[in-house]
Amino acid sequence: MSVESVFPQLEALLPHVQKPIQYVGGELNSTVKSWDECDVRWALMYPDAYEVGLPNQGVMILYEVLNEREGVLAERTYSVWPDLEELMREHKVPQFTVDAHRPVSAFDVFGVSFSTELGYTNLLTALDLAGIPLDAADRTVDHPVVVAGGHAAFNPEPIADFIDCAVIGDGEQAVLEMTEIIRAWKAEGRPGGRDELLFRLARTGSIYVPKFYDVEYLADGRISRVVPNRSGVPWRVSKHTVMDLDEWPYPKQPLVPLAETVHERMSVEIFRGCTRGCRFCQAGMITRPVRERSITGIGEMVDKGLKNTGFEEVGLLSLSSADHTEIGDIAKGLADRYTEDKIGLSLPSTRVDAFNIDLANELTRNGRRSGLTFAPEGGSERIRKVINKMVSEEDLIRTVSTAYGNGWRQVKLYFMCGLPTETDEDVLQIADMATKVIAKGREVSGKNDIRCTVSIGGFVPKPHTPFQWAPQLSAEDTDARLEKLRERIRGDKKYGRSIGFRYHDGKPGIVEGLLSRGDRRVGAVIRAVYEDGGRFDGWREHFSYDRWMECAERTLPEVGLDVDWYTTRERTYEEVLPWDHLDSGLDKDWLWEDWQDSLDETEVEDCRWTPCFDCGVCPQMDTSIQIGPTGRKLLPLSVVK
Amino acid sequence: MQRIRLRYTKRGRLRFTSHRDFQRAFERALRRAEVPMAYSAGFTPHPKVSYANAAPTGTGSEAEYLEIQLTEARDPETLRTLLNESLPDGLDITDAVEARTSGLADRLQASVWEIRLDRVAPADAERAVAAFLEAETVEVERRTKNGMRTFDARAAVAHLEASAGRGDRPGDGGCAILRLVVRHLTPAVRPDDVLSGLRATADLAPPVPAAVTRLAQGLLDEESGTVTDPLAPDREAVQAAPPTAAELTAAVAAPEGSA
Repeated sequence: MSVESVFPQLEALLPHVQKPIQYVGGELNSTVKSWDECDVRWALMYPDAYEVGLPNQGVMILYEVLNEREGVLAERTYSVWPDLEELMREHKVPQFTVDAHRPVSAFDVFGVSFSTELGYTNLLTALDLAGIPLDAADRTVDHPVVVAGGHAAFNPEPIADFIDCAVIGDGEQAVLEMTEIIRAWKAEGRPGGRDELLFRLARTGSIYVPKFYDVEYLADGRISRVVPNRSGVPWRVSKHTVMDLDEWPYPKQPLVPLAETVHERMSVEIFRGCTRGCRFCQAGMITRPVRERSITGIGEMVDKGLKNTGFEEVGLLSLSSADHTEIGDIAKGLADRYTEDKIGLSLPSTRVDAFNIDLANELTRNGRRSGLTFAPEGGSERIRKVINKMVSEEDLIRTVSTAYGNGWRQVKLYFMCGLPTETDEDVLQIADMATKVIAKGREVSGKNDIRCTVSIGGFVPKPHTPFQWAPQLSAEDTDARLEKLRERIRGDKKYGRSIGFRYHDGKPGIVEGLLSRGDRRVGAVIRAVYEDGGRFDGWREHFSYDRWMECAERTLPEVGLDVDWYTTRERTYEEVLPWDHLDSGLDKDWLWEDWQDSLDETEVEDCRWTPCFDCGVCPQMDTSIQIGPTGRKLLPLSVVK
Repeated sequence: MQRIRLRYTKRGRLRFTSHRDFQRAFERALRRAEVPMAYSAGFTPHPKVSYANAAPTGTGSEAEYLEIQLTEARDPETLRTLLNESLPDGLDITDAVEARTSGLADRLQASVWEIRLDRVAPADAERAVAAFLEAETVEVERRTKNGMRTFDARAAVAHLEASAGRGDRPGDGGCAILRLVVRHLTPAVRPDDVLSGLRATADLAPPVPAAVTRLAQGLLDEESGTVTDPLAPDREAVQAAPPTAAELTAAVAAPEGSA
């Protein structure tokens, strides 16, 4: 049975909305396959606006991996802005894919990638617009399987009512595994209906189906246990880990949109995982171990990607790009190769050390040296030990003085506020650090017009990290601390004018905290916020803290809880955490020891260069660290002119 | 240094491409096609492309123009084919000539538009057109960056006529088609301003959004109500003085798409 495009109905609405080009598809390198020639069909969603969702690497990779397979098609869908949502409801146009404008409800699978919990309300909007019941329990055999992925899926409990399943970890192989299970089930004539399909998925041990698990609670509201309610379903669900990145050189043909998006560049993931061990960093904990793409693999991806896209910038992505064992040769090799082509190179996420200045110099040798960004994360030496961000003030000053000495005019420093054990004094030291940076910068550059920008946001404790037990700082205390810092910086007559101060207030962090460490009972809050009109919570102009708090006050007392219980409450060792049955490979006892070490201000080294610290991931997941150096070099490409 | 003038389209769903979107897409297509572009000087060099008089977002066009500067000579027709392979369907280069004259922008004096009004009876459209043409001035309002602005939509209209067209889908009934020739004046009068004018003078209110397409741009022939091909002078100049042997060798020696 073929499926009609909704484009004719949509087209009539487009003249009335902002930036209609984001809804028409037709991106370079996009794929439209024949509906009837495929037997497993995926709708992939990034639950944010097109301009944010299109460049998302995760969705782009899965889109290509799936479409390369015979008999499988994947199309993309994004959140529509409220202006189009209103018109779609009025004219009964369903949530559609941008590739062939097919209704999302017609697909076999609706896969949603959550980089952040703030996309949950957008999931509900999309389900409703698609005509898919919000409650997974109300869906029939004809509705798509709604699957969540992405980092936030490591605790999918707050959206457990709305999804059919969740996949944690790397998606490349997981989507193919799911595809085969669905294909077999369909070929057999869909025996046992939806329930049987979900059971077959759950049985693998690596796809989490919330409905097959019962959560039992203690009288005080804490979880007593999470237990499978069906035989054959595993007690714990493991994450997926892709082991050889060179075998997965995706995206090979990155999508190039007509509409303007937030990242307009050719991105290559140079390694996955990070073992620096920063205790606040969920990404670094859940993506272990480190797996490098080889220098030659990177070179080839950049070459093909640029030819396929025409992008003018290359981004070398990872959680800490300067940590690649051959980063120096990569940077120099690429800079040499593309000198003539006016291709810019960028290296996000770099550490504070002088080596990075050499790298930055290399990357910008054809262009302007404007700003460099570093993330010391904590203002005092003490708090940096707590979070295991091993940067001394000496390192930082040495690094920035090299930067100013090399002609860089602006240094941006990232910090967090509300870290465990933090006091006002820890945060006020950020001002001292910034003044020292400026003083040193003026000295080495001989100029007074250099700048340092301090950018600071509220810390949110995340699941599967040593800080998963930590109390979150309240919005009021966060704001008060930031205000004191602001006054300290402004009050500095000599240096204050050279220091920029950017901060985010504490309120959005509390909502993020509620959703990050929430359990199934938080689902009622999300639903209430959605029904009250909550959308696009990652956008300042759409986010409403008051709405979230009002909805929480309406729903959480029914289960005897409140927002503070989820956010500012410290957890104990014994407590069953909502995500304990989702196995990221990290040993819970190791996380607890690391949390205790953190309170003792004890640091932990990176296991890439020191012996193993038994975090548990490698043996639990049967994986290992994969790093170079390979000793290979990037050869200049032969240019035929 | 060679300059090449291109005529291009915005067709089908790609009519929703804004001018900025088109610029990015076109400059990326230049890179993919490895066109030897000339770049501006400065910290962030830009390829030298001059765009003229872009059609508004949401309106289709058969007649957009731009000019590019190359550092090495290329055969315009080969370049056109290469760029078309690189651009999405709907953004199509339909003409390419070497620039031999100045003032392409000056020759874009007027536009011919086709406005398709689905579910509007041709007779109603004809009556509205007659009323519009009879008026001395037709005041219309449009929201601009600086708030609502009122101006005359009548003076810029050189020609306007209505005819009957076939419905898009079965059961739609008839549709009316307007052919409009507008002078490029300041403030610019756009097809939707003329539609506002038809609503103001004769209450013509199409039930679905109009499908608007620019058919041509060029010098206005007042008598016939048509416009002339703005690339014609360049084409004639090339015919009168074909590229020199040296230029030709350069163009031939350079392999196309040297990948």
